[in-house]
Amino acid sequence: MVAPEQVKLWIEEGLSGSSADVVGDGRHFEAVVICSDFAGKSMLEQHRMVYGGLGDKMDEIIHALSLRTYTPQQWNNQSS
Amino acid sequence: MSAEERIKETVSNNRVVLFMKGTPQFPQCGFSSRAVQILEACGTQFATVNVLSDMEVREGIKQFSNWPTIPQVYIDGEFVGGSDILLSMYQNGELQTKLNPAN
Repeated sequence: MVAPEQVKLWIEEGLSGSSADVVGDGRHFEAVVICSDFAGKSMLEQHRMVYGGLGDKMDEIIHALSLRTYTPQQWNNQSS
Repeated sequence: MSAEERIKETVSNNRVVLFMKGTPQFPQCGFSSRAVQILEACGTQFATVNVLSDMEVREGIKQFSNWPTIPQVYIDGEFVGGSDILLSMYQNGELQTKLNPAN
């Protein structure tokens, strides 16, 4: 079992310049990740960047991580 | 035949392939179950591979697609995504277009 705050740190450490909000039950997590490097990338590539940064923690420790990814602009437009 | 060769053969011989935990009738994971429902809602024919009955494929598929989790969907031999991406493509109609380019 791992806390959402730990997953948040792992995501941000694994993807420089990203900020993440994470909720979860210890095995299944949902994260909103904001990173300027997502610009111009498909959703698949954006998710791969997040999963890549987590390395083998994915699937071994984190059973499921649902992602919603945004660039800072998308996030500002979306939340205004 | 290595796991990788088996995977390559499966995704090239079937237009739509879902690598999942369990089977459509008995999915063993909520995300796999959701992927089955989405593909069924699109009314498309799809092949399934139960990675729980083939541990070599279960690990091999992650290297093959450079994607760490199951389920995984392939269309025309190309990795499309996991459960999240499949759902968002379904919600914005992109998946239906990709599956039925004719209409």
